[in-house]
Amino acid sequence: MGELRLMKGNEVLAEAAIRCGCDGYFGYPITPQSEVMETLMARQPWNETGMTVLQAESEVASINMVYGAAATGKKIMTSSSSPGISLMAEGISYIAGAELPCLIVNVQRGGPGLGTIQPSQADYFQSVKGGGHGDYKMIVLAPASVQEMNDFVDLGFELAFKYRNPAMILADGAIGQMMEKVELADQKPRWTKEQILEMSSDWATTGKTADRKKNIVTSLEMDSDKMEENNRRFQEKYRKMEEEEVRYEAIQCDDAEFVIVAFGTSARVCQKAVEIARAKGLKVGLLRPITLFPFPKKAIQELARKAKGFLSVEMSAGQMVEDIKLSVYEAGSNARVNHFGRMGGIIPTPTEVVEALEEKFSWELSYGVKRSY
Amino acid sequence: MDIKEIIKPENLVYQKSEVLNDDIMHYCPGCSHGVVHKILAELIEEMGLQEKTIGIAPVGCAVFAYNYIDIDWQEAAHGRAPAVATGVARVNPDNFVFTYQGDGDLASIGAAEIMHACNRGENILVVFINNGIYGMTGGQMAPTTLEGMVTATTPYGRNVDLNGYPMKITNLIAQLPGTSYVTRQAVHTAATARKCKRSLKKAIQNVLDKKGTSFVEVVSTCNSGWKMSPVEANNWMEENMIPYYPLGDLKDSVKGEHSEN
Amino acid sequence: MTEEMIIAGFGGQGVLSMGKILAYSGIMEDKEVTWFPSYGPEMRGGTANVTVIVSDTRISSPILQEFDTAIILNQQSMDKFEKAVKPGGTLLYDPNGVINPPTRTDINIYKVEATKTAVEMGNPKVFNMIVFGSYLKVRPILSLDNVEKGLEKSLPERYHKLIPLNLEAIKKGQEIVADVQLV
Repeated sequence: MGELRLMKGNEVLAEAAIRCGCDGYFGYPITPQSEVMETLMARQPWNETGMTVLQAESEVASINMVYGAAATGKKIMTSSSSPGISLMAEGISYIAGAELPCLIVNVQRGGPGLGTIQPSQADYFQSVKGGGHGDYKMIVLAPASVQEMNDFVDLGFELAFKYRNPAMILADGAIGQMMEKVELADQKPRWTKEQILEMSSDWATTGKTADRKKNIVTSLEMDSDKMEENNRRFQEKYRKMEEEEVRYEAIQCDDAEFVIVAFGTSARVCQKAVEIARAKGLKVGLLRPITLFPFPKKAIQELARKAKGFLSVEMSAGQMVEDIKLSVYEAGSNARVNHFGRMGGIIPTPTEVVEALEEKFSWELSYGVKRSY
Repeated sequence: MDIKEIIKPENLVYQKSEVLNDDIMHYCPGCSHGVVHKILAELIEEMGLQEKTIGIAPVGCAVFAYNYIDIDWQEAAHGRAPAVATGVARVNPDNFVFTYQGDGDLASIGAAEIMHACNRGENILVVFINNGIYGMTGGQMAPTTLEGMVTATTPYGRNVDLNGYPMKITNLIAQLPGTSYVTRQAVHTAATARKCKRSLKKAIQNVLDKKGTSFVEVVSTCNSGWKMSPVEANNWMEENMIPYYPLGDLKDSVKGEHSEN
Repeated sequence: MTEEMIIAGFGGQGVLSMGKILAYSGIMEDKEVTWFPSYGPEMRGGTANVTVIVSDTRISSPILQEFDTAIILNQQSMDKFEKAVKPGGTLLYDPNGVINPPTRTDINIYKVEATKTAVEMGNPKVFNMIVFGSYLKVRPILSLDNVEKGLEKSLPERYHKLIPLNLEAIKKGQEIVADVQLV
């Protein structure tokens, strides 16, 4: 068993980065995630593992530092919160277009604009649908505990390198600021130069040697036929992620007539809501997507065969609910899909969720059958 | 005498650098980019740096620099080359990293990135091609466009009340303690090109010696954008650009010291 | 066993660190723990509160409307959280700074003169540990051995010399806590 500690989600991100052999972190302070870089700077990992940590002049600069460093085949990471991720959107698009592996963390806060510094999940669309320009996808992991903040750093890097694609940990201010028991992994060594060359010599800019052609990392292609080819390759990669990388957790879904779908902090709230609803005799389950892209579409479709309704609970005006609706629609199911959420930095309470469920599905609860649209 | 008898090693007086690829350059005839590319390729070869060098290409006419010099390259987003170079250099301190940027890229959209990379004293070389205009996008105004100069977006000449003043960004850079060597050169004559090569060599050596950021501006022409013949453009540059952007070293010091300029 | 609690008072009263020591003690006792603070501008000079959950099983929501226990250290928090204690639950408060004492009759109410006692002990900083001691007396969910280990874990090495003082304050709190019977 690894070392047990009580840590904040943000602190754990830093510790997990060091321990998984991350080569570099570039970031810019923004509430509620500043503890990530603060923890790294206090830990001085350059003395221990040789990891680089640098405070950039802006989020725009940080993501481009990530681009440059990641293009040399190393494990590179940044973190920010919603407004900062908007600034990074340009760079993320370039990283996806140049097919670079890296890890980006968004500890979301309420928006739009400067918004609040309290937790939110309103960057769902931005994260899973692209966010920057062009047809691209990130692998998006949604931690619901401090332990998952730890585990997803290593997992995020693994998936990023498997697909040569940016991966994102989409957390929120609550998970970032919360302390929980966490089991830390043992220190892994950073990759050696030889290991990097073995894995990435066909694309990474490690310095051109006589035995190979020069490597060029770029997202630019002036020939639109070739650019379409690139896009086809990207899409194939995203389809493969959809086939192989879907992760979710189903809690009490086996006999569920109503399925709450929620991720991250909302999922924690909804786990309690399920307990309350079950105590009232309602057959309610929770489906918690762990990967938001790829979305657990098949799991929802499977549940849609029996369930009378789905309630998407999000700290937003309703974004993931659209993906649930699409999944249910494509399954040919007539289960109703509703949304309940709080916005602007408010976390819903478990009781609110149960009340919303009872209100939105009052027809089904009264008549005991599915209601068609 | 048959020409084949002349082509033999002992008669060789000049040879294209091996580090310069054979791709046909897309630059307009008369453009300064080709000369600067050649100098860089020669220096990388002469200094034995091909395996260590990572170049960062900009957005602008030199966006395809990666096609012409036979080293590993990264293409940066517009203006972000100094941040990209920072990322590369910080996690690969044994490599030689340089950015190659134009005036729009460096002095306009990337002004923050260049200031901060130079201020941190990143061990990188910055090659700054200043031709006072946006070449790639069709000749619009750049921060360095001279007062009264006609461009696609200043069709009646740059009006300082409307557009502000031509920016001497290299002078600003020279004030930053992170830089070690800041110079302004040109390549429009054989003499200036030779001098520019000496400056670039010194700049590269400074980077290898971890002395901080080295910054080499090359005052250049854009005969297409300026709508002149190459010769006219060279003359116009001497008469108008160089008086405003005078050639010479602005700073030759070590990281941590302020310039006297 | 699951204990869902809120600790609420002014910033500077040691609310967050008491919660942290409690949570670390829970880990030492092999429990699952969650510590969720209010954060942001509301903390600056105003009230600070932290939700702490200690449980034998996986913890669900860190956001709660009602609590098994509320530790209340100022009037604003009394106004906000007295009503949030579950029927049959526990409310522990320091009368210093509380003008309107709690009035509910369906919960167990305890008071601790922690501010006064801390001054008497000559160290106002141990205030929160006195309160913590009282809590452990009325809700004995953690052993004192594990609390000591929790203190060691949550305090930086350079403050370890203060552990005996903290333990003394905890014991003092256990002694002085008073049951408030309302009918």
